[in-house]
Amino acid sequence: MKAASATNEAELIRRILAGETELFHELIRPYERLVYVTIFAILKNETEAEDGAQEAMISAFRHLKSFRGEAKFSTWLVTIAMNEARKRLRKGKTAAEDSLDVTLEDHDGGDYTPAVLTDWRDIPLEALEKKELRGKLQEAVANLPEKYREVFVLRDIEELNQEETAAALGINVTLVKVRLHRARMMLQKALVPYLKTQAPAGGGFFRRWLA
Amino acid sequence: MNLDCKHVWEHISGYLDQQLDAEMLAAVEKHVENCEVCSAVLDSTRNVLVLTADDRTYELPVGYSERLHERLAAAMRGESG
Repeated sequence: MKAASATNEAELIRRILAGETELFHELIRPYERLVYVTIFAILKNETEAEDGAQEAMISAFRHLKSFRGEAKFSTWLVTIAMNEARKRLRKGKTAAEDSLDVTLEDHDGGDYTPAVLTDWRDIPLEALEKKELRGKLQEAVANLPEKYREVFVLRDIEELNQEETAAALGINVTLVKVRLHRARMMLQKALVPYLKTQAPAGGGFFRRWLA
Repeated sequence: MNLDCKHVWEHISGYLDQQLDAEMLAAVEKHVENCEVCSAVLDSTRNVLVLTADDRTYELPVGYSERLHERLAAAMRGESG
């Protein structure tokens, strides 16, 4: 995410609040993707996500006065986007789905173990190029229980740090770590069948992509 | 420190985020080097994250930005008027 420098941003905000409202377009430009993708990853519906992103940006404009600058502007904005996504999720969701979330507690002995593979071969980057695999990931993310999905979206899709994620969701950093870990394990489990079928025979056993 | 597989899985996220302390990191690495199962779990989890971070996984709809700014401009006009 290429954000404007904080001082630049503070100056822009000051001028917008002083009446140069046109500058709001410039202020939000670096965050257009952030807002849309946050909402889309939660809802997995393009039309809803686009409408939600527009509403979130309008809401940010209307409430800009309440941005105090203790948090980063991007974190403040992503909080608004997340609330918009939640609102839309509630609207479209059945009560049965809602109760599913409630049964998954953070401190229970739930099974958050990964899929265990014995015939895994590290797959080449080209396999990850497949569009189908990206679709499967979107689906798996959208199917995560909501509280895990939210943390995963902010940490691993938007690449907010732990503190920013905690602030945006109003939870503590420990909970961010716990939920992120579980989300990742659930996704590993969901995606392993697709990752595996794309794996060729052979390949390096210990090859690391990221040092 | 010797870890069993289940214990290693609990630290996979911390490992990928480079948040393990030196002792735990050494123990996880030692285990993974000798355990085909945990090595596969680690690699596959990392692949999920590589895929997630790929900008093409989540793409913007064509014309999104234009429509956003149009609607924003309309909303702003409505408020100043």
